Amino acid sequence: MEIDELYQTIILDHSKRPRNFGELPPPATRGEGYNPSCGDEVVVFVNRSPHGTIEHIRFTGQACAICMASTSLMTTQVKGKTVAEALGLKRTFIDFLTQDAAPAAGLGNLQALGGVKKFPQRLKCATLGWHALEGALKNCAD
Amino acid sequence: MGPDSLAAHYRDDFPILNQKVNGFPLVYLDNAASTQHPTCVIDEVARYYREDHANVHRGIHALSTRATKLYEDARARAARFLGAASAESIIFTRGTTEGINLVASSWGTANLGPGDIILITEMEHHANLIPWQIAARRTGASLQYLPVTGDEGTIDWSLLERRLQTDPIRLMAFTHISNSLGCINPVREICATARRRGTVTLVDAAQSAGHAPINVQELDCDFLVFSGHKCCGPTGIGVLYGNPTLLTDMQPYQFGGEMISRVTYESADWKPGPHRFEAGTPHIAGAVGLSVALDYLETIGMAAIRANDHHLGRLAYEALSSLPAIRILGPKIERAGLVSFQLGNIHAHDLVAYADQFGIAMRGGHHCNQPLMRKLGLQATARASFYFYNTESEIDRLVEVLQAAIQYFGV
Repeated sequence: MEIDELYQTIILDHSKRPRNFGELPPPATRGEGYNPSCGDEVVVFVNRSPHGTIEHIRFTGQACAICMASTSLMTTQVKGKTVAEALGLKRTFIDFLTQDAAPAAGLGNLQALGGVKKFPQRLKCATLGWHALEGALKNCAD
Repeated sequence: MGPDSLAAHYRDDFPILNQKVNGFPLVYLDNAASTQHPTCVIDEVARYYREDHANVHRGIHALSTRATKLYEDARARAARFLGAASAESIIFTRGTTEGINLVASSWGTANLGPGDIILITEMEHHANLIPWQIAARRTGASLQYLPVTGDEGTIDWSLLERRLQTDPIRLMAFTHISNSLGCINPVREICATARRRGTVTLVDAAQSAGHAPINVQELDCDFLVFSGHKCCGPTGIGVLYGNPTLLTDMQPYQFGGEMISRVTYESADWKPGPHRFEAGTPHIAGAVGLSVALDYLETIGMAAIRANDHHLGRLAYEALSSLPAIRILGPKIERAGLVSFQLGNIHAHDLVAYADQFGIAMRGGHHCNQPLMRKLGLQATARASFYFYNTESEIDRLVEVLQAAIQYFGV
């Protein structure tokens, strides 16, 4: 069934046992994502190393399985990346979900969210944590 | 009334229900958001466009005369449906939301001021909440709430009596049937209490107008609003009933064509009656369709529809109660035909997406009740809402699919 494409095992696993769940104290910066259609909220906390890479990342929130899993997978993928690399991955991920023939190179486990392509009304769920990440990175003072 | 007696008679009037969604027969349980249309409504709207359409109230020619007659007949039809004494007290709007905005703007601006209190309940839909926030901000009045207690959504209405005795409450605006709790508020008693103190009342009948008999003279309310598309009518058409005395003193809400009597470059005079509140070309086809929808509902009988609703609501409540870790909002008894719930830790959007894969259409979200959801410690719930064309076996099917969802997601 199509539903199994949406809720792949890895998605259900990450939604029930989200990785990097919790807060980071200041000076970590934070970014918020809010979905007005369901009230879902995600907050992403980021610490950058002196070299400008993402050293620590955690998130909190209450959201649907797609949103929780996408945010959880995101935190595992962007750790250690530079801001530019992380934002590049965000673009690749969103292109992958919204464009028919977009390359999946570099997405790793995030490809498990490919089922969202058939459920466009869930795109916001799959990208909420990524918008929160972008907010957290913007809030980092250089 | 036997089980499914209304569905057995009337379900076939709704062609849209006879389809498969994702390979399964459609089970449409999102009626609180919008109901479906019987063939007679679809046909009449099409017939109107094929045969009678022209602009209303301004043409001398035959088509305009016919369109005007249909439009004004629809107004009279809506008046009869609501038990209003005169068609003059019926204003066509885009829907419930516009009706409330009209009252908040026209009546509110002229009648509210600093020190005045607008009283609403904590269970109001955003449409009966935000217009009053804005009216309060504009006029210096204060917006206050009658509290809702617990998941059952109980309101202690005796508070209203006490507050009316001591506080300058100018308006009491409240919902007849809550779209998220399914509870039924005692409209007649509330209006009587308010009337004794000279407090103006507004009833949000969005969830009740197509579901129960309504008579504005018996309820003795000042304003009552509903939407056509929640009672078998088209979208984009709704009704505002207004107490004639109050309407006479109210200023227009929007300005332009159709609502004026005499215009100079310097000023304009307004038409009397409801037309003053209907600037611009109205949704004529919508009114025509709504009129046929109201005929149709009354053929079935509003009391029969209400009984059927309550039967399905009670049945669904009982059936869903058997599921593990379910939290159902609203009262156990005296429940309208909708059930909103949280199933374990399964997020409403996941649950609704899952049910959709089996052809079941439900709503998942905050139901435009964000403050209430927050108060109850919920973000979103799933909601199954019924109409007379729904069957008992559809409720069985819902329970089956929810059981499968519990297996799928775990609770």
